[in-house]
Amino acid sequence: MEATTSNGKFKVIGTRPIRHDGIDKVIGRAKYGADYAFPGMLFGKVLRSPHAHARIKSIKTDKALKLPGVKAVVTAADLPEAANRLEQAGEMAINPHYLSMNILARDKVLYDGHAIAAVAATSPHIAEEALKLIEVDYEVLEPAMTVDAAMKPGAPILLPDLRNREEGDKQTNVAQHYQFKRGDVEAGFRAADYVVEREFNTAMVHQGYIEPHNAVGIYNADGQATIYCSTQGAFDVRSLSAQVLGVPVGKIKVVPAEIGGGFGGKTTIYLEPLSVLLSKKTGHPVKLVMTRSEVLRASGPTSGSKIKVKMGATRDGKIVAAQVWMAYEAGAFPGSPVGAGAMTILAPYTIENLQIDAYDVVVNRPKTAAYRAPGASNAAMASETVIDELAEKCGIDPLDLRIQNGVKEGSPQVVGPPFRRIGFIETCEAIKNSDHYKSPLSGPYRGRGVASGFWFNAGMQSSATVNIHTDGTASVVTGSPDIGGSRASMAMITAEVLGLPVTDVRPLVADTDSIGHTDVTGGSRVTFATGMAVYEAAQDAARQLRERAAKVWEVKPEDVELHDGVLSLKEKAEGKAPMTIKEMATKLARTGGPIIGRASVNARGVGPAFATTCVDVEVDPDTGKVQILRCTIAQDVGKAIHPSYVEGQMQGGTAQGIGWGLNEEYFYDQKGILRNTGLLDYRMPTCLDLPLIETILVEVPNPGHPLGVRGVGEVSIVPPPAALANAIYRAVGVRMTETPMSPPRLLKAILKKRAAEETQSAAAD
Amino acid sequence: MSKKTLVETTINGEAVEFLCEPRQSLLECLRDVLELTGSKEGCLTGDCGACSVLVDGRAVCSCLMLGVEAQGKNIRTVEGLADGTALHPLQQKFLEHASLQCGICTPGILVSATALLNRNPDPTEQEVRYALAGNLCRCTGYDKIVRAVLDAAKAMKSGARPNRAA
Repeated sequence: MEATTSNGKFKVIGTRPIRHDGIDKVIGRAKYGADYAFPGMLFGKVLRSPHAHARIKSIKTDKALKLPGVKAVVTAADLPEAANRLEQAGEMAINPHYLSMNILARDKVLYDGHAIAAVAATSPHIAEEALKLIEVDYEVLEPAMTVDAAMKPGAPILLPDLRNREEGDKQTNVAQHYQFKRGDVEAGFRAADYVVEREFNTAMVHQGYIEPHNAVGIYNADGQATIYCSTQGAFDVRSLSAQVLGVPVGKIKVVPAEIGGGFGGKTTIYLEPLSVLLSKKTGHPVKLVMTRSEVLRASGPTSGSKIKVKMGATRDGKIVAAQVWMAYEAGAFPGSPVGAGAMTILAPYTIENLQIDAYDVVVNRPKTAAYRAPGASNAAMASETVIDELAEKCGIDPLDLRIQNGVKEGSPQVVGPPFRRIGFIETCEAIKNSDHYKSPLSGPYRGRGVASGFWFNAGMQSSATVNIHTDGTASVVTGSPDIGGSRASMAMITAEVLGLPVTDVRPLVADTDSIGHTDVTGGSRVTFATGMAVYEAAQDAARQLRERAAKVWEVKPEDVELHDGVLSLKEKAEGKAPMTIKEMATKLARTGGPIIGRASVNARGVGPAFATTCVDVEVDPDTGKVQILRCTIAQDVGKAIHPSYVEGQMQGGTAQGIGWGLNEEYFYDQKGILRNTGLLDYRMPTCLDLPLIETILVEVPNPGHPLGVRGVGEVSIVPPPAALANAIYRAVGVRMTETPMSPPRLLKAILKKRAAEETQSAAAD
Repeated sequence: MSKKTLVETTINGEAVEFLCEPRQSLLECLRDVLELTGSKEGCLTGDCGACSVLVDGRAVCSCLMLGVEAQGKNIRTVEGLADGTALHPLQQKFLEHASLQCGICTPGILVSATALLNRNPDPTEQEVRYALAGNLCRCTGYDKIVRAVLDAAKAMKSGARPNRAA
C-alpha cells in the first residue's frame, strides 16, 4: 500500500480541524455512561469487603431484601462457574475464572473493596442503606501486601489452586516467571569498566480517569441483554460479560457511551454483568455507578514493583551487560504487566549480554488493569536512572550515551524480529537540539534530567464502513470508542482519501450489533489499526465511485480516476465532463444503489513508539517538594494525522508520568486497608502543579501503515519518573530509587545525605 | 427518609421548581431530577470539580451543596453558557485549541473558567492555573486548557460577545 494523495502531499492529514463531537462536549449534551436514564430504571450499589484477606463463612441478604424499595440482591451464587484458562483481552491476559471471582467474591475476599454482593433499589440511597443490612460473616486472614511479603516462604496464600511451572505442585503467590537472555552476562560485566547496581521500589498507582465506572443493564424477556457503559472496548465488554454470565456473545449488545477517560482501566469489566444480573432479576433497567472510593479500592490500578537493575559499560560509553530482576504486584489475581515491563526495560538499547527475570506476584490488592504502556514506566524508572548514572561515570552527556547505544532499524529486540524503521535516536537528537536543552539552567537546587521510553503499540482487529450519502457527503462508522479525539482522525483519513472537506464526513462510534468486531481502544492502536480499516474502507468507497462513474460514462472503471473529490476520465473525452462526488451521489440509485465502502483488518505492521523527555526541576531542600520549571517531550509519532490531538497525547501522558513520579501512591495500612480512597489524598497533578508541556513531534513514518501512522497514545508516560529522578539528582545530589518522589521521601533522602556529609566532615576534622 | 421539599430557583435564566429529598445534593438534583446531565460526578467530595456550577456567579462544587440550598439562588450550569446556538468564547476556544480529550472534566472547567473571566477579564497564566486548580483533568496535562482560557480572555477583550453568563 502507498500513501495515495495527489503529489504525495496531504490536504487534510496534518491539519487541525475542530473535532466533530466537540460541540456536544462543550455544551454538556454528550452522553457519558452515567448520563443514561430509562423509564422504570433502578439503581444498583455494590457491597465491598472491609478486609484485605478473609474467608466468607456466610452471606445473609434477607434483611436487605425486606427494606422498602429494594428489588433484588445478587451474590456469587448467581454467577455460573467460568472457565479457568488465560485469554487475551487487549493488552492484558484475562482468566474468566478469576474475572468472575473479581466481579463477585466466591469463597474468599482478596482485597479491601472486593465486591461481595449487589443490590438494586428504587433509589441509589435506598440501595446504599440496603448494603448495611447484608450480613457477612468473615474469618479474617493475614494479608500479603507486597511482593516481598507474598514471595517469602510461608507467606499467606491467596489462591489455593495457583501453581507455577517451577515450583511444581507447591501452593504459591508467584503466578509466572518470565526469563529473557542474550549473550553471556558474566562475561559482559567482566568487560565493563563501570558497573552500576541499584534496587528500586515503585508504588501502586491508579489510572485516575475522572469518570467513575458505570453501567446500565437492560435484560429483556427474550433473553437479549443491552449494556450501556463507558468502556474502551464494547466488544470486550460483550465477550467478557458473556463469559461471566455464561451466555453466548450474541445475547448481549453493548452500546459504548462517551467515555470519560480510561488509560487502560476501562478495558475490563466490573459492573456490567451485575447490571444485567440485577435487570434479569427485577425486570427493570438497572444503573450502577461507582463512587470515587470504589474506583480507587476496586478498579484499575497498575502494579507497584520491586526492580533490581545492574548495568555495565566500558569507559567509552558502550553498554556491555545488563541484568534485571523484577517483581510486579498483580493484585489479587494473576496478570500484572510484568512481561511487558521485562520486554520494555532495555528495549531502547542494543546490549549484547543481558538477562531479565520477571515475576508476576499476587498480593491482597485490587486486580491490576492496563495503564498506559502497562509496566513500562516503573521499569524505565529503574533502567533510565541507572543509564544516567553510567553516563555520569563515563563522563558522557546522557543523551549522547543513549544515541551511542540506541536501537535503530535492524537492531535486535528483546523478543521478536529486528526493529524496522524506528525513530528512537531521532527523539534523543530532537531533545539535544531543542531550545530547552540548549538553554542554560542556573540557580541553587535546580537540575535538569532526561530519560527515554519505549512502547510496542498494538495492531489487532478493527472494522470500518464508509457510507456515501445522496448529497455527496459521507459518514465513517467504526467500533473504536473515542477517548481522545479519534473521531476527528477517522473523518480526516476518510476525507483525505475521498477528497472531501473534513466537515463533509461525519464520524460515528457504533454499538456491537452495528459494526464488525473491533478490539479495544488501547495499545495506541486506534489511529493505527482502525485508521487502517478506515483508510481501506474509504478506498473501497472510492473504487465503487469510480465504477459508478464508469457506468455513467460507459467506460471501463480503470479509465476513471478520483482526485480531490472529482471523478474524471484519465483521458479527456467529449461529453464526459468531470463529476464531483456530490454530482455522482445523485446518480447512485440509477447506477446500482447506495455505496458502502467497507473494510476489516487484523492489523500487522505495528510501528513501535519511542519518546525522550527533558525536565527541569527546583527542589525545596527544607520540604523535599519538587517544582517543575520546564518540560519538553520529543516523540516519534510516525505521521501525525491531527497534530493537536497527538500533542495532547504527549502532554497527557507526560502529566500522568509526572504524577506517578512525584505524588501518586496507594497507602495501605498494616491490615491491608486502603487509606487514601479520595482524590484529595490520592494526589494527581493539578493545573497549578504543571508548566506548559512543550512537544516535539518527530515524524519517522511507520513502513507498516499506508499513511505512516504509528501509535502515539502511550509512550509519553514512560520517561517522566526517571527524567524527574535524574533532574532531582542534579538539583540536590541524591539518587532516588523509590516512587513517588514525594516531599517526605525526598526530604528523607536529602537529610540522609546531609547527615552522611556531616559525619564525613566531622571525621575529617 | 423525610419528605420531599419544593425548591424554587433559577437555572440558566429560567425559573425552575423541583422536588428533592433533604439528602440529595444539588448535583443529584440537576442530573437525576432535572435531567441536566452536563454537570458530571467525578468524586462527590469536592476534589475534582467536574460538577462545578455557578451559584450567584460563584463557582461551586454542586456535589457539596444540597439541592434544598438552591432555594432562591441563581444557578448556571454548562448547559447555560452558550447563547442559543452561539457558543461562549471559552467553548469556542476549547474546540479550536483541542483542549478536551475525553471531555468529562470540560463542563466543570468551562464553568470555573467563566467564573474567573467574570471577575478577572485579563488573567495571567498563573492566575488561570490557580483558578482551575480545583478542576482535575487527567487527559490533557492542562496545557491546551490554559492556552484556550488565555486566548478566550483575549478574544473577549477584543470584542467577542460579552460574557453574559453569571
